[in-house]
Amino acid sequence: MDVDRLHRRRRRWKERLMTVLIYLSVLVALLPLFSILIYVAIKGIGALNWDFFVRLPGPVGDPHAGMANAIVGTLELLLVAAAVGLPIGILAGIYLAEFGGHGLFSNSVRFLADVLSGVPSIVIGIFAYALMVLPVKHFSGWSGGVALGIMMIPVVTRTTEELIRMVPRSLREAGLALGVPRWRVTVSIVLRTAAGGLTTGAMLALARVAGETAPLLFTAFGNRYWHRSLNEPVAALTLQIYQYAISAFEDWQRQAWGAAFVLIIMVLILNILARLGTRSKFSTQQE
Amino acid sequence: MSSSATGIPGQGHHPPAGRTGSGGTGEQPGGPLAAGGLQFSSRPRRGLADALFKAVTGAFASLILVLVLLLVLELVRSSWPSLKAFGWRFLVTQTWDPVRQQFGALPFIFGTVVSSLLALILSVPVSLGIAIYLAEMAPHWLRGPVSFLVELLAAIPSVIYGLWGIFVLVPLVRQLEVFLGTYLGFIPLFSGPPYGIGMLAAGIILAIMITPTIAAVSRDVILAVPNSQREASLALGATRWETIRNVVLEYAQSGIIGAIILGLGRALGETMAVTMVIGNRPEISASLFSFATSLTSVIANEFNESGGALHISALVELGLVLFLVTIVLNSLARFLVWQVQQRNGGAARV
Repeated sequence: MDVDRLHRRRRRWKERLMTVLIYLSVLVALLPLFSILIYVAIKGIGALNWDFFVRLPGPVGDPHAGMANAIVGTLELLLVAAAVGLPIGILAGIYLAEFGGHGLFSNSVRFLADVLSGVPSIVIGIFAYALMVLPVKHFSGWSGGVALGIMMIPVVTRTTEELIRMVPRSLREAGLALGVPRWRVTVSIVLRTAAGGLTTGAMLALARVAGETAPLLFTAFGNRYWHRSLNEPVAALTLQIYQYAISAFEDWQRQAWGAAFVLIIMVLILNILARLGTRSKFSTQQE
Repeated sequence: MSSSATGIPGQGHHPPAGRTGSGGTGEQPGGPLAAGGLQFSSRPRRGLADALFKAVTGAFASLILVLVLLLVLELVRSSWPSLKAFGWRFLVTQTWDPVRQQFGALPFIFGTVVSSLLALILSVPVSLGIAIYLAEMAPHWLRGPVSFLVELLAAIPSVIYGLWGIFVLVPLVRQLEVFLGTYLGFIPLFSGPPYGIGMLAAGIILAIMITPTIAAVSRDVILAVPNSQREASLALGATRWETIRNVVLEYAQSGIIGAIILGLGRALGETMAVTMVIGNRPEISASLFSFATSLTSVIANEFNESGGALHISALVELGLVLFLVTIVLNSLARFLVWQVQQRNGGAARV
């Protein structure tokens, strides 16, 4: 009797202890998140002013130094990345969903897309360097954009495939029954139905590569001045943060926080927009 | 649904609709539509357009094949001089000397492996706690927000982790090192001067960065455990924790191992944050306090200012090693996760 009660009490205590530990683990994981967001916000906003957005980087101590070229550079690199990653990813995703089935070819494409998404970003950087920098012997914005685009491809492909597969069969059948050719059914009905989700996927993929630094180190390389074209080394916010963060100058470190704030806002906006998009898509789909 | 933030879009993509007409171009999709009516209106041009559409999308799909093939070829080709010069010795020798053209990868492999394992040790308990919380304990209205916050951790750029690491984490780590050194300094692991920067800082920052991956995938795996399993355990009088420990985690075990391996893959390939806090000194030390380096950070540091062709080649070979290891790990992890979700017919518990 007594042993039994002791045993029961021990089990109850263990239950409580584990519950507390699990709650704690959530707190422990979120602590760094809040710390990062708060530091970036406080130190970042403190470093921002009008000059930051319209002026070029300056020497240490220059009160009017900015990162206009890096902001523009990041946007241009993302544009190139989207131009590379979205068409390839979406069309490949369409193929996998509409014609793919589970044959050898489609399964290898799926497997290799997964492989590609697991490749460390710095290795993608080496690849883009070998492909586009080495032959012309100079760094370029193009190579950086392509490196980011390659990183987008697997994400976009798998998202597209999944979304297209979620389009109800009845919609397709309705189109086919009306005598619409198959490719028109895919383009006008299936893709249009999945459009919201595709936008979400595209934005998440862009958000993911917007913060990448490693693939740009040997491709876009960074630039302290305006680039005249994407055929030259191009500045990017991430590269600038890296360079300034590891510098020995307090002034540059301060600007690194400013750039981090701008970058994180960009990434967060893309993420939140994407999530809002998902929510409305699902709510309409359930009707 | 698996989160896209974890970088593994679509495990178990098995549509309820089944095959959506995997047949040839002109065919009607099988099933309810199979025969008849449509053939009346079909003109020869339609078959052509359909075939063209399939060919174009197929070409883009094969582009992925080509791309990965090219990546492998390029890595092997560029690292060939180094492969030929050093052979297997490359992986086990310690000298890294661009001046004498001697290259051995051991210190980098050591740094990568130790910092990643350290990250796993720190991250796994916390990640599993989050996964259990999200799948088993959280009230319904809190699941979304908490998942979102955890996944936000995956959305923060790694260079910002590095920045935060240098200025916020490293001073904290230094205090921790002083503390550990005072009380546990007799253990080689915790000996040496407390710089703050070094292996320990790298391990901690990696742990933070891989937590969302492990947590999100484990959560999905735990959600795939059938409710009947839980109910049976609870009906036998088990407490909630006993049910989680003996039934749910048991059932989901291989999938959770998959999630952990996926996290390991992320840790091995992480570049910027590690480079910024690890100290970048190629030495093998028993102490977690000492400077170290990793495969990724030496590539990031030396690639642009390399001393000659063999140096570049050796750096690319480091990339090749990284590439091969991550492929093996990721394939293994995906297989394990897929297996658990498959057992339950691929459907997650809602």
